[in-house]
Amino acid sequence: MIPMLVRRLVLVIPMIIVVSVIMFVLASLVPGDQARAILGETATPESIAALREQLGLNLPWYQQYLNWALSAVRGDLGASIYSGEPVVSILAGRFPVTASLALLSTLVIAAAGISLGLLSALRGGAVGRVLDAVSLFGLAVPSFAIAILLVSLFAVTVRIFPATGYTPIENGVGPWVWALVLPVIALSLGGTTLVAKQMRDSAKEALNKDFVRFLRANGVGETSILVRHVLKNAAIPSITILGIGAVAALTGTVFIENVFVLPGLGSLATQVTLNHDLPVLLGIGVLFTLIAVVISLVVDVLYGVLNPKVRTA
Amino acid sequence: MTSRQGSPRVIASNRRSLFVDVLRKPMGAVSIAYLLVVITMSLMAPVLATHNPLTQNLDSVRLTPSAEYWLGTDALGRDIYSRLLYGGQESLLGVAQALIVALVLAVPIGIAAGYFGGWFDWLVMRSIDISLAIPGIIVTLAVLAIFQNSMFAAMVVYGVLVSASAARVIRSVVLGVREELYMDSARTTGLANAQILVRHVLPRTLGVIIVQAAMLGAIALGVQTGLAFLGFGPQPPAPTWGGMVGEASSMLQYFSWMIVPTSGIIVLTTLAFGLLGDAVRDANAERIERPVRGARRSAIRPAADAMTTAADDVPDETVLPADETALLSVRDLTVAFGAGENEVVVLDRVGFDIRKGETVGLVGESGSGKTVTAMAVLGLLAEGGRVVSGQIWFDGVDISGYTRRQYRALRGTKMAMISQEPMVALDPTFRIGFQIAEVVRAQHKVSWRAARRRALELLEAVRLPNPQEVAKLYPHQVSGGMAQRIAIAIALAGRPQLLVADEPTTALDVTVQAEILDLLRALQNRLGMAILFVTHDWGVVADICDHAVVMYAGQVVERTTVERAFGDPLHPYSQALQRSNPHDAPKGIALPTIGGMVPPAGRWPIGCHFAPRCALATEACRDGRIPLVSVQEDHAARCIRIDAARVAREEALEVAR
Repeated sequence: MIPMLVRRLVLVIPMIIVVSVIMFVLASLVPGDQARAILGETATPESIAALREQLGLNLPWYQQYLNWALSAVRGDLGASIYSGEPVVSILAGRFPVTASLALLSTLVIAAAGISLGLLSALRGGAVGRVLDAVSLFGLAVPSFAIAILLVSLFAVTVRIFPATGYTPIENGVGPWVWALVLPVIALSLGGTTLVAKQMRDSAKEALNKDFVRFLRANGVGETSILVRHVLKNAAIPSITILGIGAVAALTGTVFIENVFVLPGLGSLATQVTLNHDLPVLLGIGVLFTLIAVVISLVVDVLYGVLNPKVRTA
Repeated sequence: MTSRQGSPRVIASNRRSLFVDVLRKPMGAVSIAYLLVVITMSLMAPVLATHNPLTQNLDSVRLTPSAEYWLGTDALGRDIYSRLLYGGQESLLGVAQALIVALVLAVPIGIAAGYFGGWFDWLVMRSIDISLAIPGIIVTLAVLAIFQNSMFAAMVVYGVLVSASAARVIRSVVLGVREELYMDSARTTGLANAQILVRHVLPRTLGVIIVQAAMLGAIALGVQTGLAFLGFGPQPPAPTWGGMVGEASSMLQYFSWMIVPTSGIIVLTTLAFGLLGDAVRDANAERIERPVRGARRSAIRPAADAMTTAADDVPDETVLPADETALLSVRDLTVAFGAGENEVVVLDRVGFDIRKGETVGLVGESGSGKTVTAMAVLGLLAEGGRVVSGQIWFDGVDISGYTRRQYRALRGTKMAMISQEPMVALDPTFRIGFQIAEVVRAQHKVSWRAARRRALELLEAVRLPNPQEVAKLYPHQVSGGMAQRIAIAIALAGRPQLLVADEPTTALDVTVQAEILDLLRALQNRLGMAILFVTHDWGVVADICDHAVVMYAGQVVERTTVERAFGDPLHPYSQALQRSNPHDAPKGIALPTIGGMVPPAGRWPIGCHFAPRCALATEACRDGRIPLVSVQEDHAARCIRIDAARVAREEALEVAR
């Protein structure tokens, strides 16, 4: 287990480097446009040249990257072109909202996906068909469209939940959750159906395994078989899918935070895109990559915890 | 029993095109038709639009549908229908751009990686791993920021980013195709790699590629409309689907109609992509699994009908009353799977006894019904199976009608089971000690600590050295023989009176087989339990059993003591089985085999089930139900040619000498 984790952790570093280089190359190699983009079409050549100098855009790209990476290692991701505020402090201010959304969504995906999948594996028939229909909807329909449908149903037609806005957790857990109900539903629908489908298939497979018959034949009760053996065996492949759902929930915040006007990293990403504030966007990209890598690491750990073949190999 | 023999057949030549198969599925046809209509209408927007999409009419703002404005008007009085037509051009073009880029990258890379393998595959897979960690939507936003809000650039880059996951799926399919038989032969006949790829790999991968394309289409449309919704891409007043949803959502409070057609078109179109993908996947899976046509179905249908009449109420003359001294008395047990039209009888009036402490062998080929019989005794018939008639007397009580709960109380404590594949009988995710303790606790209300102590005792009882160490291991860390000992330990946890052993030695090495049989014998002597031993191996019957019950095609064809079963087998099937037993066959002579196969349930012949394979069969054998004839005490056979069979056997033995 420990060697496996070390191997995975060692892989994280090149991963972050490659991802940031790609992001950086994309962001910096476009000739000249960055300074012009900031200053607009009417800027004089002199002012553009001055800005290029100031941003270090005249340096070769690898030198720009090196400068950026060296300060990034020290926890400095540069400053916003737009406001001059350090990128790190901007991200820190926005992080709690997105973290709340992604975390709650992942919990919902896990809880709802696993229980729906198990239910459908056991009951089959009607539950299975409903799940199929809902999952097609949840998977195919873009999350922002679902979000808008949710708003029009539960915030406008029937006024149960707030249509927009965020309440920090410091103001109480109740209001915090209340404000996040609709966004979390919109973010977790797709992942929930993915996990539920996987869970149904693997639970059906587990139910047909010889060891289930063996346990039954030797007197172990259905509840133990289900919550202990079937659940654990079926959870192993579902964990990977849960990881995919968690990452999808994270990147989905780009759309969802805009629909619900939540001050998180997702809405920040669109805002800085409109402002051409590339250092901030780069910072968000690196942060999202980091979170995605952490999620995949957690998935690997859970996988190893559940599957002794991986752990003891 | 079901006849799921043979692996899915692969057809290299595609007689009917995948396209036709997809069209035959309602969902496939509807989604293709819908997508064609949407694409055509968008392309023909200049012709089909009823209004100029940009013309404002401030006298008619926020209208619901009417004859003039089919889908109503927006906040500036522009016709929603016409704007949706023009907006579709932008959205569908974006989808096409992302799709083309993604496929142009993913198809060759995925196919090459899967086909050539080696370092190239390694490199591709690592790159894919890394690119999957890139937050695609953030990079796409960066592109929008740099390329002056160009939706074209954004969709192209997004296509690059999503190509990784598609390439991975395609690679794994190609990997499978490469392993298949016809590929090997194609390779040896000297086709060039390029030819193999185009002729064999691409056609087999096409279905998966289309499924991926449909899924990517749905995702790309979501991203394209999502970005437009966020205000990227063409700016107002240019119509875009996403932008119109944005307008609609901003006036949701006072004009909620507009959200219906605008988000509706996006929802329907993404659903169409999703459904198309599902339909292609289903059609593709069916093509791969579809066997050669007409090969099996038509076989011997009338026999099934004959069977049901034969099994009807004619009492079997040899049905004895339950033996009161027996621990288990199975009487007239008939089991069927399915219901109504599809009902298939798999056990036909099976009967036998097991006394306390005795071992009875249930012998037969696969398909004879021996395992179904054992499972029926345990109350563990597979889904769809049920006892139609007959009784299972256990310790003086008929348990055939027991409920699940009643059976549960019986299993473990009164009867227990060990099975054929010890390695898969144990849950791979729990430690061995835990699994034994769990069974102990299922039967006795004891603490976990006490259960674990008992688990160690049980491991010792099955002669495993170092029980402490073994308890800490996982199933994959022990050998097959150890696993079977552990399974026996679990079965013994509740001190059962009857142990059902379903081919417990079949999967093991010969030396391990002997050890397990020794162990079972020793445990039986010590604990006095009876064993129902399901096997196809006459050697095992000779080794451990007191009585033998021979089964063929759902019926007991002979039952007697082991001595008589070997010394004077009466049924031609029992005789043939013993002749084909490798254990005591004379060396140098080809082992005689029984021609033909056990007929599957539902296609049993009228009359003697064995008649089609029997050298002695006469017209009378095929004529009606053959009764089980008691020749003497403790010996009965289901045969009307017993005398002829005896003579034939004597002659055969003579020749062998």
